[in-house]
Amino acid sequence: MAGTWVFVEQRDGNIRKVTFEMLTEAKKFGDEVSAVVFGKDVKGLAPEFAKYGAEKVYVVEGDVFAEYNTGAYVAQMAAMISEFSPNAILFAHSFNGRDFGSRLAQKLEAGLATDVIGAEISAGKGVFTRSIYAGKALAKVEITTSPILATVRPGVFEVEEGAGAGEVVEPAVAATDADVYQTVKEFKPTISARPELTEAPVVISGGRGCKGPEGIKLVEDLADMLGGAVGGSRASIDSGWLGHELQVGQTGKVVNPNLYIAAGISGAIQHLAGMSSSKFIASINTDPEAPIFGVSDFGVVGDLFKVIPLLMDELKK
Amino acid sequence: MKVLVCVKQTFDTEAKIELKDGKIADAGINLIINPYDEVAVEGAIQLKEKGLAKEIVILAAGADKAIDAIRTALAMGADRGILVNQDPSADEYARAVALAAAIKDENPNLILAGHVAADDGSSQVPTRVAEILGLPHINVITSLDIADGKAVASSEADGGTQVTEVTLPAVISSQVSWNEPRYPSMKGIMQAKKKPVATVEAAAADNKTTIVEFALPPAKAAGVKIEDEPEVMATQLGDWMKNTVKVEVK
Repeated sequence: MAGTWVFVEQRDGNIRKVTFEMLTEAKKFGDEVSAVVFGKDVKGLAPEFAKYGAEKVYVVEGDVFAEYNTGAYVAQMAAMISEFSPNAILFAHSFNGRDFGSRLAQKLEAGLATDVIGAEISAGKGVFTRSIYAGKALAKVEITTSPILATVRPGVFEVEEGAGAGEVVEPAVAATDADVYQTVKEFKPTISARPELTEAPVVISGGRGCKGPEGIKLVEDLADMLGGAVGGSRASIDSGWLGHELQVGQTGKVVNPNLYIAAGISGAIQHLAGMSSSKFIASINTDPEAPIFGVSDFGVVGDLFKVIPLLMDELKK
Repeated sequence: MKVLVCVKQTFDTEAKIELKDGKIADAGINLIINPYDEVAVEGAIQLKEKGLAKEIVILAAGADKAIDAIRTALAMGADRGILVNQDPSADEYARAVALAAAIKDENPNLILAGHVAADDGSSQVPTRVAEILGLPHINVITSLDIADGKAVASSEADGGTQVTEVTLPAVISSQVSWNEPRYPSMKGIMQAKKKPVATVEAAAADNKTTIVEFALPPAKAAGVKIEDEPEVMATQLGDWMKNTVKVEVK
């Protein structure tokens, strides 16, 4: 058995942090940990994975892998699974990772645990903790099909360096253009100086209490001061103050930053589902009875239009 | 064009989750169409209004009561329904096998579904269905154009948005921001009662995963709550952020 594989999340050579989180976590299972990277020009990334404990780095290069596409990636991974028989493969729970994992799992007629926040992997068996009902409950899911497959929620596992051999292995290319059935006609990167919502160490979210773009601007200014991401409750998304991709909650994103600040958010149950697992939570709301205070480490009963500018002055000191 | 929409009946997103005998308690919980699937139903109806779709078939797998989710979709404007009788404990694999078998019999040009269910949050089933049927798929779409036997969709992607083209038939899964689902009209609700809903047995498939334990997350204890002059509160919040959270100020 070829141990635990971690599929690398990268675009244009920029590796997402969740890759290192998965490598660090995978080492705990005691089995050999390897990174698997597909792309056009990615061999040079191998030392990055060795730094976090990858004993082997499986590198697959080719034009057909330049951008993520389900068909070619699944064909290539399926061929590698037959050749090397990994015990487990971890993917990021990103748009690509869940797409890849689902189609691969079905091709192999195997189980898959998505969006896991806890993992225990042994030979031939994986037990994963998943949050269900958007965090209102937890389920432990056991998988005994081979290989064990899971997608891992970003930001849950710690990153720790730990040298691995990083031996580069170049498996045969098994995918061709004929495997591609999706044509990506255009990719528009999000132009933002702010970190991605699900990976940011600090998230400041604005809700109905922001009243409009001026209130949101305060939230953004505070986020920029703390190197954080901006999010919103359903009220501010539906009002068009923020884009849908920034919605935090049951029908939006689930975040778990070190610090979450809810500004002008009352704390409807759908919103709480998306942020309750944050390490520290502060909230600013004029209504002392707002449910958001029930999950807050530090609650401020006040007007965000007054408190946030004063808070920024205080932080600058 | 025949459009088939897969819907799942889920708990209302407002529902409070409790455990009973180690399982998720469902007594007294309001059941709805999974909000992501509801968007897929609306998308199908808009295709029909544009003259692109001739017939909309609603497909659900689950217990008998899942017929209510089908009726709601019919009341919104879909034409007929199929309920696949399946034990609600079916996992993503078994659910996909059951849905795919029913879809094969219908032979639709386009299969729509929500990209994720609000209950299990798995986001696997539409992609698994596409694999079983050997069809292309696009996930998490926010807009869709159909022309010349092709589907072109905008979708959310890692680090941005993208536009993807596939050849029909295809499986397309929706993000909630694609559209705003309509409320069924009184007339629609009356008509839905007369629209045909067939019931079929699920194709046999064993689960590939087992849920060994349900639990509730540890309750977060509320911390301090202060009500004072804005200056005082800002100072205290700032102190807490610097000393307890240890934030870095840029």
